[in-house]
Order: sequence, then structure tokens, then C-alpha cells
Amino acid sequence: MLASAILIFIGLATTFGLLLGFAAIRYKVDGNPVIELINKELPQTQCGQCNYPGCKPYAEAVANGEAEVNQCIPGGTEVMIKISEITHREQLPMNAVEDEKPKAKIIALIDEDACIGCLHCIKACPVDAIVGSIKLMHTVITDECTGCDLCAPACPVDCIEMLPVKEDIQSWGWEEPKTKVTPTPVDIYLGGFNEMSPVK
Amino acid sequence: MNEYFLILISTVLVNNFVLVKFLGLCPFMGVSKKVDSAIGMGFATTFVMTLSAVLSYLINTYLLVPFGLEFLQTIGFILTIAAVVGFTEMAIHKTSPVLYQVLGIYIPLITTNCAVLGLALLNVTEQNNFFESALYGFGASIGFTLVLVLFSGIRERLEFADIPKPFQGAPIALITAGLMSIAFMGFGGLVK
Repeated sequence: MLASAILIFIGLATTFGLLLGFAAIRYKVDGNPVIELINKELPQTQCGQCNYPGCKPYAEAVANGEAEVNQCIPGGTEVMIKISEITHREQLPMNAVEDEKPKAKIIALIDEDACIGCLHCIKACPVDAIVGSIKLMHTVITDECTGCDLCAPACPVDCIEMLPVKEDIQSWGWEEPKTKVTPTPVDIYLGGFNEMSPVK
Repeated sequence: MNEYFLILISTVLVNNFVLVKFLGLCPFMGVSKKVDSAIGMGFATTFVMTLSAVLSYLINTYLLVPFGLEFLQTIGFILTIAAVVGFTEMAIHKTSPVLYQVLGIYIPLITTNCAVLGLALLNVTEQNNFFESALYGFGASIGFTLVLVLFSGIRERLEFADIPKPFQGAPIALITAGLMSIAFMGFGGLVK
């Protein structure tokens, strides 16, 4: 009986081992596909405001659970909700950094008289919104600028300022509602409520 | 036919593994925060439970009983369950990486889910035949999935409820589970 017990269990273990070994080869996964899914949702401005060197490193950090879902400032609440859906993590209000900033869109402005044409800000700009050449004055393409504030620290003569865009007929919009509305479960369930205010 | 239908009703509603037999409470509390992950966990467990019920029936009937080795049932069943779970984990990782990430440690933990081993052992005690074993496993895991999804739906709603501070989080979840268990007692007289 002892011999048959040993034989049966050796047989079982070998069979399962072989099957699992086969499955390991058949279902091999390279890398972490979740990173790609998150990376697709990010705005790809590579602005570094999340404290990671770019969008992909941030996606990796989120996938590995090192970063929170609410650090992508250009993406805003919309991207935060998408990331939290992918990772099934809690939705968080956007970082406090965003709240301190003026609500209006800000863009960079180069003081063209002070510009020495060093190219530093052009290299720093993630969206190629600065034009200019070596030893020639640079300027910002206002339509392209995302207001990421990466060019200002790069300027050796401090000639870059971050200014809010003046309201004109192109950029005007209705004021935000003064009071925050708390979403009801029905709103959340229907997915129609995007305003993230601390719930509870 | 009627008998098989009764097995299904009995395992899903009357003798529900989670709420009546109190088996498999770990994933019931752990993976019930969101409906999506609860559904994923339900499917993974359904797969594992049905397959391991069938396999452990085969191993018991054709390997252990003929050689008089019934006393090794537990270790044999655990071996089978561990192998099935290992396979499921790889399959989920390949087919649904998001689900894999969400379920995390709870996939390997299906191995130690007492509902799975309990099912294999109950199949032996109740002397079910091959088809009955498979149906018993399937019904039990459907019952598990059902209460897991219902419970996660309730917990999602509870997130927005105004709960007194000492009851927030796990306590209210446990109270809810208790109330659900009482509710499921209502099915008691349905099948003998």
C-alpha cells in the first residue's frame, strides 16, 4: 500500500508539473500590459509635473502601485478617472497643486528683449511650442503651449514668465458653479458625474 | 433531470457555500469592493471549483479508492486544486492582465479557499457520482459568484451612505454579510 501511495502521488505530481510547465510556456506574458493601457490614456505631453520623467515612467509607477492615480495635471480629472478605472483603485481628487493655481489657462511668455538665444527653453519644452534659433530671439507659440512651466526654470536669464491667458471671445467660458454639488450614488452609477469633490 | 435541477438550486440558494456553510469568506470580504473585480473573481473561482470538483472526483474514484488510500484524500485534493489554480493564474495573466492586477494575491489564494477543498470533500461524503460532482461544483461556485456580486453591489452603495464612524469600513461590511446570510435562510424550506 505504501508503494502504491508513493507511486500514485509521484505520478500525479509529475502529470500536474508537466501540464503547468506546458501552460507556463503557452501563456507566457512579456512585460506588464497594464502599463501600455495606462500610457494610452495619458496626454503624452511628457511635462514631468507628476514628478516622473515622462508619461511612460508615470504609467509604470501607477501600474506598480508606487504612484497615485491623480498626479497627471495636464490630463486632469478625466484622465484620473480613466486610470482609476483601469487599475480599479479609488478615485482621488486632483493634487492640491492644481487647486492653488489660477483656474484660467496659463501659458509661457518670453520677454523678447531679454532673450539671449541660448536654446535652453526649446530643449525643455515637451510640446515644441517654442521657436527660435541659436543667438536669435525665441518666442512661444501660444496655441501650442500647455502651461507646464518646464521652460521657466531652464532659462538662464529668467526671461520667461507664466501668465494667465487673457479672456477674449475665443477663450471665454461660463463661470464654474460656486457651490460644489455632492454626487448621489445614482449619478455615480450612471457615470454622468465628473466633478470630483471629496465624497462622504 | 429533476434531481440535477434540485442539486443546482440547493447549492446556489439553499445551501449556499458562503452564506449558509460559511466557506470561502476570505475572498468574499477581500474582493467585494468593486462589482467588476467581484465578477472576475467569481468567474475565476467558478472555473477552479468546477474543474477541481471533477478532477478530485476522478482521482478519488480511480486512484485512491481502488488502492485503499482514502486517508490521503486531503493531500491529493490539495495537490489537484493547487495545480488548477496555478493554471488559472497563468491563463488570467495572459487573457486579462487588468483583472490579473486587480485580483492580485487573491488568485493564488483560491488554493486556500476552503470552499474549494470543502467542495471536494463534500462530494466524497455525499457519494456523488461523476455528473453530480461536476454539477455540485458548478452550482456551489455559481452560488459563490452570486453572493459575491450582490455583496459587492451593496458595498459600492455603502461607500456613499452616511455610516456612523465606528461602523465604517469592515464592520458595516460584516454586518451586511450577516444580514445577507439571514436573508438567505429564507430559502431554507425550498429544497429538502
